[in-house]
Amino acid sequence: MAAIASTPRMRCLYIFNRDGVCLHYHVWLRPLTTLSPHQDQKLMFGLLFSLKSFTAKMDPVGGNKGNLGAPNLPGQGCSFHSFRTNTYKLSFMESPSGIKLILITDPRMGDLRDALKYIYSNIYVEYVVKNPLYTPGQPFKCELFNATLDQYVKTLQ
Amino acid sequence: MAPPTRAGDYPFAPVDRVNAELFTLTYGAIVRQLLTDFEEVEEVNKQLDTMGYNIGVRLIDDFLAKSNITRCSEFKDTAEVIAKVGFKMFLGVSATVSNWSADGSECSLILDDNPLADFVELPDTCQGLFYCNILCGVIRGALEMVSMRTEVKFVKDMLRGDDAFEIRLKLLEQVAEEYPYKDDE
Repeated sequence: MAAIASTPRMRCLYIFNRDGVCLHYHVWLRPLTTLSPHQDQKLMFGLLFSLKSFTAKMDPVGGNKGNLGAPNLPGQGCSFHSFRTNTYKLSFMESPSGIKLILITDPRMGDLRDALKYIYSNIYVEYVVKNPLYTPGQPFKCELFNATLDQYVKTLQ
Repeated sequence: MAPPTRAGDYPFAPVDRVNAELFTLTYGAIVRQLLTDFEEVEEVNKQLDTMGYNIGVRLIDDFLAKSNITRCSEFKDTAEVIAKVGFKMFLGVSATVSNWSADGSECSLILDDNPLADFVELPDTCQGLFYCNILCGVIRGALEMVSMRTEVKFVKDMLRGDDAFEIRLKLLEQVAEEYPYKDDE
Protein backbone atom coordinates (compact mmCIF):
# COMPACT_ATOMS: atom_id res chain seq x y z
CA MET A 1 0.00 0.00 0.00
CA ALA A 2 2.85 2.32 0.78
CA ALA A 3 4.10 1.95 -2.76
CA ILE A 4 0.73 2.96 -4.20
CA ALA A 5 0.40 5.95 -1.94
CA SER A 6 3.87 7.15 -2.80
CA THR A 7 3.29 7.05 -6.58
CA PRO A 8 0.81 9.74 -7.50
CA ARG A 9 -1.78 8.41 -9.90
CA MET A 10 -3.23 11.68 -11.09
CA ARG A 11 -1.65 13.46 -14.02
CA CYS A 12 -3.86 16.39 -14.96
CA LEU A 13 -7.41 17.68 -15.28
CA TYR A 14 -8.91 19.88 -17.99
CA ILE A 15 -12.28 21.60 -17.85
CA PHE A 16 -13.68 22.99 -21.11
CA ASN A 17 -16.95 24.67 -21.95
CA ARG A 18 -18.84 24.16 -25.17
CA ASP A 19 -17.02 26.98 -26.94
CA GLY A 20 -13.66 25.28 -26.44
CA VAL A 21 -12.53 27.68 -23.73
CA CYS A 22 -10.31 25.90 -21.25
CA LEU A 23 -11.90 27.03 -18.00
CA HIS A 24 -9.35 25.28 -15.88
CA TYR A 25 -6.19 23.25 -16.20
CA HIS A 26 -4.85 21.48 -13.17
CA VAL A 27 -1.62 19.55 -13.17
CA TRP A 28 -0.39 17.05 -10.59
CA LEU A 29 2.34 15.25 -12.46
CA ARG A 30 3.40 16.01 -15.98
CA PRO A 31 7.14 15.89 -16.49
CA LEU A 32 6.81 16.05 -20.25
CA THR A 33 5.19 19.01 -21.96
CA THR A 34 6.03 19.62 -25.58
CA LEU A 35 3.39 22.15 -26.58
CA SER A 36 2.49 25.61 -25.39
CA PRO A 37 -0.48 25.55 -23.00
CA HIS A 38 -2.71 27.11 -25.63
CA GLN A 39 -1.82 24.54 -28.30
CA ASP A 40 -2.02 21.72 -25.80
CA GLN A 41 -5.54 22.70 -24.74
CA LYS A 42 -6.68 23.19 -28.30
CA LEU A 43 -5.38 19.78 -29.27
CA MET A 44 -7.08 18.13 -26.32
CA PHE A 45 -10.41 19.74 -27.15
CA GLY A 46 -10.04 18.79 -30.79
CA LEU A 47 -9.24 15.19 -29.89
CA LEU A 48 -12.38 14.87 -27.79
CA PHE A 49 -14.52 16.60 -30.35
CA SER A 50 -13.41 14.29 -33.15
CA LEU A 51 -13.43 11.15 -31.03
CA LYS A 52 -16.97 11.83 -29.93
CA SER A 53 -18.09 12.32 -33.48
CA PHE A 54 -16.32 9.09 -34.57
CA THR A 55 -17.72 7.00 -31.73
CA ALA A 56 -21.24 8.17 -32.53
CA LYS A 57 -20.75 7.45 -36.20
CA MET A 58 -19.49 3.89 -35.59
CA ASP A 59 -22.38 3.01 -33.29
CA PRO A 60 -23.67 -0.36 -34.59
CA VAL A 61 -27.01 -0.29 -32.75
CA GLY A 62 -28.07 3.28 -31.89
CA GLY A 63 -30.15 5.46 -34.19
CA ASN A 64 -29.72 9.08 -35.36
CA LYS A 65 -26.05 9.13 -36.30
CA GLY A 66 -25.91 12.10 -38.59
CA ASN A 67 -23.11 12.51 -41.07
CA LEU A 68 -19.49 12.28 -40.09
CA GLY A 69 -18.19 15.77 -39.61
CA ALA A 70 -21.66 17.28 -39.76
CA PRO A 71 -22.51 19.11 -36.55
CA ASN A 72 -24.39 17.00 -34.03
CA LEU A 73 -26.99 18.32 -31.67
CA PRO A 74 -25.78 18.13 -28.09
CA GLY A 75 -26.90 14.92 -26.44
CA GLN A 76 -27.39 13.24 -29.80
CA GLY A 77 -25.67 9.93 -30.40
CA CYS A 78 -23.54 7.93 -27.99
CA SER A 79 -20.28 9.05 -26.46
CA PHE A 80 -17.16 7.49 -25.03
CA HIS A 81 -16.11 7.75 -21.42
CA SER A 82 -12.48 6.72 -21.38
CA PHE A 83 -9.55 5.38 -23.32
CA ARG A 84 -6.29 3.89 -22.18
CA THR A 85 -2.81 3.82 -23.65
CA ASN A 86 0.17 2.00 -22.22
CA THR A 87 1.24 5.16 -20.40
CA TYR A 88 -1.94 6.91 -19.34
CA LYS A 89 -5.70 6.72 -19.08
CA LEU A 90 -8.03 9.51 -20.17
CA SER A 91 -11.48 9.71 -18.60
CA PHE A 92 -14.10 12.03 -20.04
CA MET A 93 -17.43 13.40 -18.96
CA GLU A 94 -19.72 15.94 -20.56
CA SER A 95 -22.70 17.62 -18.92
CA PRO A 96 -25.78 18.56 -20.96
CA SER A 97 -24.71 22.17 -20.47
CA GLY A 98 -21.58 21.44 -22.49
CA ILE A 99 -19.06 21.36 -19.64
CA LYS A 100 -16.38 18.79 -20.43
CA LEU A 101 -14.21 17.26 -17.72
CA ILE A 102 -11.10 15.36 -18.70
CA LEU A 103 -9.03 13.54 -16.13
CA ILE A 104 -5.69 12.04 -17.12
CA THR A 105 -4.37 9.38 -14.77
CA ASP A 106 -2.08 6.43 -14.46
CA PRO A 107 -3.31 3.66 -16.82
CA ARG A 108 -4.02 1.33 -13.90
CA MET A 109 -6.86 3.50 -12.57
CA GLY A 110 -10.30 1.91 -12.56
CA ASP A 111 -13.60 3.39 -13.74
CA LEU A 112 -13.64 7.12 -12.97
CA ARG A 113 -17.11 8.03 -14.23
CA ASP A 114 -18.47 8.51 -10.73
CA ALA A 115 -15.41 10.49 -9.76
CA LEU A 116 -15.89 12.89 -12.67
CA LYS A 117 -19.55 13.26 -11.81
CA TYR A 118 -18.54 14.03 -8.25
CA ILE A 119 -16.01 16.63 -9.36
CA TYR A 120 -18.62 18.30 -11.55
CA SER A 121 -21.50 18.26 -9.06
CA ASN A 122 -19.75 18.73 -5.77
CA ILE A 123 -16.64 20.70 -6.59
CA TYR A 124 -17.05 22.62 -9.87
CA VAL A 125 -20.68 23.62 -9.34
CA GLU A 126 -20.27 24.30 -5.64
CA TYR A 127 -17.08 26.35 -5.70
CA VAL A 128 -17.02 27.90 -9.16
CA VAL A 129 -20.49 28.22 -10.66
CA LYS A 130 -22.08 29.33 -7.42
CA ASN A 131 -19.50 32.03 -6.82
CA PRO A 132 -21.46 35.19 -7.65
CA LEU A 133 -18.30 36.99 -8.75
CA TYR A 134 -17.32 34.32 -11.26
CA THR A 135 -18.18 35.23 -14.85
CA PRO A 136 -19.56 32.17 -16.63
CA GLY A 137 -17.51 31.14 -19.65
CA GLN A 138 -14.27 32.61 -18.30
CA PRO A 139 -11.25 30.64 -17.08
CA PHE A 140 -11.13 30.55 -13.31
CA LYS A 141 -8.56 30.41 -10.56
CA CYS A 142 -10.10 29.36 -7.31
CA GLU A 143 -8.25 28.33 -4.18
CA LEU A 144 -11.14 26.47 -2.63
CA PHE A 145 -11.72 24.54 -5.82
CA ASN A 146 -8.06 23.51 -6.00
CA ALA A 147 -7.85 22.51 -2.36
CA THR A 148 -11.05 20.46 -2.46
CA LEU A 149 -10.04 18.83 -5.71
CA ASP A 150 -6.60 17.89 -4.39
CA GLN A 151 -8.15 16.38 -1.33
CA TYR A 152 -10.75 14.47 -3.31
CA VAL A 153 -8.39 12.90 -5.84
CA LYS A 154 -6.29 11.53 -3.00
CA THR A 155 -9.20 9.24 -2.18
CA LEU A 156 -9.35 7.78 -5.69
CA GLN A 157 -7.82 4.42 -6.42
CA MET B 1 -33.40 12.03 -19.68
CA ALA B 2 -35.07 10.53 -16.63
CA PRO B 3 -38.79 9.92 -16.97
CA PRO B 4 -40.53 12.95 -15.52
CA THR B 5 -42.95 10.97 -13.37
CA ARG B 6 -40.07 9.62 -11.35
CA ALA B 7 -37.83 12.63 -11.64
CA GLY B 8 -40.28 14.84 -9.78
CA ASP B 9 -39.54 13.28 -6.44
CA TYR B 10 -35.99 12.33 -5.69
CA PRO B 11 -33.63 15.27 -6.04
CA PHE B 12 -34.83 17.44 -3.17
CA ALA B 13 -33.44 15.89 -0.08
CA PRO B 14 -30.01 17.55 -0.42
CA VAL B 15 -31.36 20.97 -1.39
CA ASP B 16 -31.09 23.64 1.27
CA ARG B 17 -34.27 25.52 1.86
CA VAL B 18 -34.89 29.15 2.61
CA ASN B 19 -37.76 30.80 4.40
CA ALA B 20 -40.47 31.47 1.82
CA GLU B 21 -41.36 34.91 3.13
CA LEU B 22 -37.77 36.04 3.11
CA PHE B 23 -37.48 34.83 -0.48
CA THR B 24 -40.70 36.49 -1.59
CA LEU B 25 -39.95 39.77 0.14
CA THR B 26 -36.39 39.86 -1.18
CA TYR B 27 -37.68 39.45 -4.69
CA GLY B 28 -40.23 42.15 -4.00
CA ALA B 29 -37.49 44.50 -2.85
CA ILE B 30 -35.59 43.90 -6.10
CA VAL B 31 -38.62 44.69 -8.25
CA ARG B 32 -39.36 47.74 -6.13
CA GLN B 33 -35.80 49.01 -6.58
CA LEU B 34 -35.94 48.43 -10.32
CA LEU B 35 -39.16 50.44 -10.51
CA THR B 36 -37.44 53.29 -8.71
CA ASP B 37 -34.33 53.07 -10.89
CA PHE B 38 -35.93 52.67 -14.29
CA GLU B 39 -39.32 54.31 -13.83
CA GLU B 40 -40.77 52.76 -17.03
CA VAL B 41 -42.46 49.39 -16.46
CA GLU B 42 -41.41 48.19 -19.91
CA GLU B 43 -37.79 48.76 -18.97
CA VAL B 44 -38.31 46.94 -15.65
CA ASN B 45 -39.75 43.95 -17.51
CA LYS B 46 -36.65 43.91 -19.67
CA GLN B 47 -34.30 44.21 -16.70
CA LEU B 48 -36.03 41.37 -14.86
CA ASP B 49 -35.67 39.20 -17.93
CA THR B 50 -31.96 40.00 -18.21
CA MET B 51 -31.38 39.33 -14.53
CA GLY B 52 -33.19 36.03 -14.87
CA TYR B 53 -31.10 35.13 -17.89
CA ASN B 54 -27.91 35.67 -15.91
CA ILE B 55 -29.29 33.47 -13.15
CA GLY B 56 -30.38 30.80 -15.62
CA VAL B 57 -26.99 30.34 -17.27
CA ARG B 58 -25.56 29.44 -13.86
CA LEU B 59 -28.53 27.68 -12.38
CA ILE B 60 -28.48 25.08 -15.13
CA ASP B 61 -25.29 23.49 -13.81
CA ASP B 62 -26.62 23.42 -10.28
CA PHE B 63 -29.80 21.87 -11.61
CA LEU B 64 -28.00 19.22 -13.65
CA ALA B 65 -25.73 18.39 -10.73
CA LYS B 66 -28.62 17.88 -8.33
CA SER B 67 -31.11 16.21 -10.63
CA ASN B 68 -28.75 13.66 -12.20
CA ILE B 69 -30.13 14.43 -15.61
CA THR B 70 -27.62 13.49 -18.28
CA ARG B 71 -29.39 14.43 -21.45
CA CYS B 72 -31.64 17.23 -22.66
CA SER B 73 -32.00 16.65 -26.36
CA GLU B 74 -35.78 16.57 -26.83
CA PHE B 75 -37.67 19.80 -26.31
CA LYS B 76 -40.78 17.92 -25.20
CA ASP B 77 -39.01 16.05 -22.39
CA THR B 78 -37.09 19.13 -21.45
CA ALA B 79 -40.28 21.15 -20.98
CA GLU B 80 -41.66 18.43 -18.71
CA VAL B 81 -38.49 18.38 -16.66
CA ILE B 82 -38.54 22.16 -16.23
CA ALA B 83 -42.15 22.04 -15.10
CA LYS B 84 -41.92 19.04 -12.79
CA VAL B 85 -38.34 19.06 -11.54
CA GLY B 86 -36.97 22.55 -12.13
CA PHE B 87 -39.87 24.53 -10.70
CA LYS B 88 -40.21 22.14 -7.81
CA MET B 89 -36.55 22.33 -6.99
CA PHE B 90 -36.11 26.07 -7.07
CA LEU B 91 -39.58 27.49 -6.47
CA GLY B 92 -41.19 24.72 -4.43
CA VAL B 93 -44.19 24.39 -6.74
CA SER B 94 -44.58 22.38 -9.90
CA ALA B 95 -46.07 23.54 -13.17
CA THR B 96 -48.20 21.82 -15.79
CA VAL B 97 -47.14 21.64 -19.41
CA SER B 98 -49.99 22.11 -21.87
CA ASN B 99 -51.18 23.80 -25.05
CA TRP B 100 -48.58 22.21 -27.31
CA SER B 101 -48.53 23.66 -30.79
CA ALA B 102 -49.03 21.19 -33.65
CA ASP B 103 -45.35 21.12 -34.62
CA GLY B 104 -44.17 20.63 -31.04
CA SER B 105 -42.13 23.80 -30.91
CA GLU B 106 -44.32 25.78 -28.52
CA CYS B 107 -45.93 24.99 -25.22
CA SER B 108 -47.18 26.62 -22.05
CA LEU B 109 -46.10 26.16 -18.47
CA ILE B 110 -49.02 26.79 -16.18
CA LEU B 111 -48.52 27.71 -12.55
CA ASP B 112 -51.53 27.72 -10.24
CA ASP B 113 -49.45 28.86 -7.35
CA ASN B 114 -46.51 31.21 -7.54
CA PRO B 115 -44.66 32.08 -4.34
CA LEU B 116 -42.97 35.08 -6.01
CA ALA B 117 -46.29 36.85 -6.28
CA ASP B 118 -47.52 36.33 -2.70
CA PHE B 119 -48.57 39.61 -1.05
CA VAL B 120 -48.50 41.43 -4.40
CA GLU B 121 -51.19 43.62 -5.87
CA LEU B 122 -50.36 45.75 -8.89
CA PRO B 123 -51.19 49.42 -8.38
CA ASP B 124 -52.58 51.48 -11.28
CA THR B 125 -49.16 52.92 -12.02
CA CYS B 126 -47.67 49.47 -12.71
CA GLN B 127 -50.28 48.02 -15.01
CA GLY B 128 -47.89 46.91 -17.72
CA LEU B 129 -45.56 45.16 -15.30
CA PHE B 130 -44.87 41.45 -15.57
CA TYR B 131 -44.01 41.10 -11.94
CA CYS B 132 -42.54 37.60 -12.26
CA ASN B 133 -40.75 38.23 -15.54
CA ILE B 134 -37.49 37.05 -13.98
CA LEU B 135 -38.78 33.48 -14.41
CA CYS B 136 -38.86 33.89 -18.19
CA GLY B 137 -35.25 34.97 -18.18
CA VAL B 138 -34.18 32.08 -15.96
CA ILE B 139 -35.81 29.54 -18.27
CA ARG B 140 -34.39 31.17 -21.38
CA GLY B 141 -30.88 31.29 -19.91
CA ALA B 142 -30.94 27.72 -18.69
CA LEU B 143 -32.26 26.40 -22.00
CA GLU B 144 -29.68 28.33 -23.95
CA MET B 145 -26.96 26.48 -22.04
CA VAL B 146 -28.37 23.16 -23.22
CA SER B 147 -28.31 24.55 -26.77
CA MET B 148 -31.96 25.47 -27.11
CA ARG B 149 -32.62 29.02 -28.23
CA THR B 150 -36.05 29.98 -27.01
CA GLU B 151 -38.45 32.83 -26.61
CA VAL B 152 -40.15 32.87 -23.23
CA LYS B 153 -42.89 35.19 -22.11
CA PHE B 154 -45.88 35.51 -19.83
CA VAL B 155 -49.22 35.27 -21.56
CA LYS B 156 -51.36 35.03 -18.43
CA ASP B 157 -50.70 36.64 -15.12
CA MET B 158 -52.90 36.29 -12.02
CA LEU B 159 -51.79 39.73 -10.90
CA ARG B 160 -53.49 41.05 -14.02
CA GLY B 161 -56.67 39.17 -13.27
CA ASP B 162 -56.12 35.93 -15.20
CA ASP B 163 -56.97 32.56 -13.67
CA ALA B 164 -53.37 31.28 -13.61
CA PHE B 165 -49.80 32.16 -14.48
CA GLU B 166 -49.03 30.95 -17.98
CA ILE B 167 -45.54 31.11 -19.44
CA ARG B 168 -45.28 30.54 -23.18
CA LEU B 169 -42.18 28.69 -24.36
CA LYS B 170 -41.22 28.83 -27.98
CA LEU B 171 -38.28 26.85 -29.35
CA LEU B 172 -36.55 28.92 -32.00
CA GLU B 173 -33.65 26.65 -32.78
CA GLN B 174 -31.56 23.82 -31.38
CA VAL B 175 -27.99 24.90 -31.85
CA ALA B 176 -25.75 22.18 -33.21
CA GLU B 177 -22.38 21.52 -31.69
CA GLU B 178 -19.61 22.94 -33.84
CA TYR B 179 -15.87 22.89 -33.74
CA PRO B 180 -15.13 26.22 -32.07
CA TYR B 181 -11.66 27.04 -33.40
CA LYS B 182 -10.78 28.42 -36.77
CA ASP B 183 -7.95 26.72 -38.63
CA ASP B 184 -5.62 29.68 -38.73
CA GLU B 185 -5.78 30.37 -35.00
